[in-house]
Amino acid sequence: MSQHDAIWFSLPPRATALPEAPPAPPRATVTVTVDGASVDVPEGATLLDACRAAGKDVPTLCYLETLTPVNACRVCVVEVAGARVLAPACSRKAEAGMQVQTNSPRVRTSRKVVLELLASSVDLSTADELTPLLAEYGADPGRFGAAAATVAQPVKDDNDLYVRDYSKCVLCYKCVEACGTDAQNTFAIAVAGRGFHAHISTELDVPLPESACVYCGNCIAVCPTGALMAKPEFTLRQAGQWAPERQTAVDTICPYCGVGCTLTAHVQDDRIVKVTSPFENGVTRGNLCVKGRFGFEYVNEPEAGD
Amino acid sequence: MGGGTSSYREIEETDCILLWGSNARETHPIFFHHLLTGVKRGARLFTIDPRRTSSAQWADVWAGLDVGTDIALAHTMAREIIVAGLAHNEFIREATTGFDAFKASVLPWTLERGEQATGVPAGVIREMAHAFATAPRAMICWTLGITEHHNAVDNVLSLINLALLTGHVGRWGSGINPLRGQNNVQGGGDMGALPDRLPGFQHVENDAVRARFDRAWGVTVPPVRGWHLSGMFEAMGRGDLTALYVIGENPAQSEADQHHAEALLAGLDILVVQDVMRTATAELADVVLPAAAGAFESEGTVTSSERRVQRVRRTKAPLGESREDLAIIVDLARRMGAAWPATDAEGIWNELRALSPVHGGMSYARLAAGGLQWPCYDETHPGEAFLHGRLWERPVRGPRAPFSIVEHALPVEALDAEYPFRLTTGRRLEEYNTGVQTGPYASPVRRGETIDVSPEDAARLGVVEGQRVRVRSRRGSVVAPVHIDAALRPGLTFMTFHFPDEVATNHLTIDAIDPKSGTAEFKAAAVRIDALDA
Repeated sequence: MSQHDAIWFSLPPRATALPEAPPAPPRATVTVTVDGASVDVPEGATLLDACRAAGKDVPTLCYLETLTPVNACRVCVVEVAGARVLAPACSRKAEAGMQVQTNSPRVRTSRKVVLELLASSVDLSTADELTPLLAEYGADPGRFGAAAATVAQPVKDDNDLYVRDYSKCVLCYKCVEACGTDAQNTFAIAVAGRGFHAHISTELDVPLPESACVYCGNCIAVCPTGALMAKPEFTLRQAGQWAPERQTAVDTICPYCGVGCTLTAHVQDDRIVKVTSPFENGVTRGNLCVKGRFGFEYVNEPEAGD
Repeated sequence: MGGGTSSYREIEETDCILLWGSNARETHPIFFHHLLTGVKRGARLFTIDPRRTSSAQWADVWAGLDVGTDIALAHTMAREIIVAGLAHNEFIREATTGFDAFKASVLPWTLERGEQATGVPAGVIREMAHAFATAPRAMICWTLGITEHHNAVDNVLSLINLALLTGHVGRWGSGINPLRGQNNVQGGGDMGALPDRLPGFQHVENDAVRARFDRAWGVTVPPVRGWHLSGMFEAMGRGDLTALYVIGENPAQSEADQHHAEALLAGLDILVVQDVMRTATAELADVVLPAAAGAFESEGTVTSSERRVQRVRRTKAPLGESREDLAIIVDLARRMGAAWPATDAEGIWNELRALSPVHGGMSYARLAAGGLQWPCYDETHPGEAFLHGRLWERPVRGPRAPFSIVEHALPVEALDAEYPFRLTTGRRLEEYNTGVQTGPYASPVRRGETIDVSPEDAARLGVVEGQRVRVRSRRGSVVAPVHIDAALRPGLTFMTFHFPDEVATNHLTIDAIDPKSGTAEFKAAAVRIDALDA
């Protein structure tokens, strides 16, 4: 190894300049008005970015920072002065001089109806993000009658790792995006059918174990309604033992390969019952593989009968 | 310093990726997300692998080389880059040494000779060479397909030569990156769990370094390097090593030539095993110390493939009487008469920071959110996204980077009429190593061990999917079902080592050792396959 002695036996000196990414090209700013207050955002920012920069809370359902907006849910609509229709804040780009209303009567009515349509047709019993919105907007899902509950169907429980209950699906497309181009690129699921028949499906509607699914669970991570649920959570809920108030959530690093994914371990009664990863984490962006998301059983006390 | 030179974010912004001896799609899935972002932004992806893996399915070009011909391929690419006038002459002149001798060593590697030696068509080698050399930014990433060979270090050096030749190191988006296979294989080395290193990658045979550790620890650190893992097994064979303390490793099933490894472990005077699970190695032990799970039941740090030091935390109480590794080791030291003070993980970490310059600035408080990449010299230093930027300063700061003269050498075990198939081993997405941690979770895609063969070989052998066959090497034999895999070329077979209790693949593998790294040639054994009746 003599040819390498100089670098093998002592640490190299520090570089003079800090090794960093090249600076991003400067972006012009755009000034818009949100609920009467002026706010500057970088060119290319969305109205949602502008609303948040202005400190205005705009509810979202199908939107997630890590996914490409698909404009499916219309919960985030805002009113833009001079525009014929309400604009989805998650994807509409901010333009100079736009005057945005985030909470006008028209916006509130639209959101209310959207929520009523969803809640009347879909089982939102585990949609913890949505239920507060129903109250906030005074939604009355019952006004369409029992016949509106069109989505009910049997639970798909066809594998050991996760359960799909499409009675709870609001067709936000997040799972399709996460399985597809925005993260996992496995393409095991897509939206099949049109109109009332639109639904999330594997290819030819085969059971998950016969599909292309690799069980990363990145679809579960983004599902806002609990339609997609990891098996341990599903089982505990069925038994009436799911108790978020008794759970702790602590970040650690995955025990498997050397990528270094942050795992948030959700622990109930000294058992890991769920693993997630923070969406804002630069390594994972909320995504994991099958081992990271499900390979924790070895640290749980074996259950009686195992 | 040994570590991947780049950050994951850089592969999203690079222009050309050589993924060499790595099936990252399955073995480093979240890294592959970053890689795919780069591909979608326009980076060209070349996968260099004997198997047409699920990673290769995303590649512009798959270079399906013969097992163990990586140096021949790298040399042929290097020659093509030189003769085509694509070498980065300014970088070579200012920042490297040994170019003339290197050039002379690769000049015989014409495209034709390269094709003959590797099985990769000359046109493909030429295309890869030109794409890599002319890309504004380019990265090489590799895994055990490079390092689990009898000439592991030479393989790595041949890839480093390519980076030096083209100036693809020390800049944003250009670098050379081993993807680490375990969550702390980088950190373990950084902490001194290497036979020739003290913590902070400081050489034990450097007197000034050792003197600092002697003073800090109040002991005399032995002035010569120790044995690596394979060296330990050789020492067991000679009777020079008679007591072994194994922490979180399952060598009874993970070592190549398993019969031989088992016999050596059984012949020890004392074997102590400290592990989360009762492993096959623990079954051989005189004393078993039940350990808390590192990632979920202990405090500490691990270091990733992008040199990012991150906190692991106790998320739940350890099972039964298991205890954190740190507590066990401190107790053991005290029983042996050492007066180690009581401390916790943060206390140990701060001791490290005082002794390892590249970790100096990494307080627990700063590591709390997202970690930091070494080197990180002081509390105001933000950590460094990529290494070796100094090579682009003029004049270069510190020593220049040397080209290495390495020779192509085929796997130790050649194929012959009796053992006509090449067996290479590796991992699958849903499993991990010998299955100690992954065994307990239910995976819908788990299908157990198989011997994977090409459709052509299956036809020639007259075997069908699922048929049980006997696989034999010069060291042992196993029975496994056949899986027909169109990703394999005729003559190439593949097994994992995930199910050693059912099929002990390492009974077949060869413990031909790379003398420089101590790694065994898990990637290249010679086997024969015989169909079993019903």
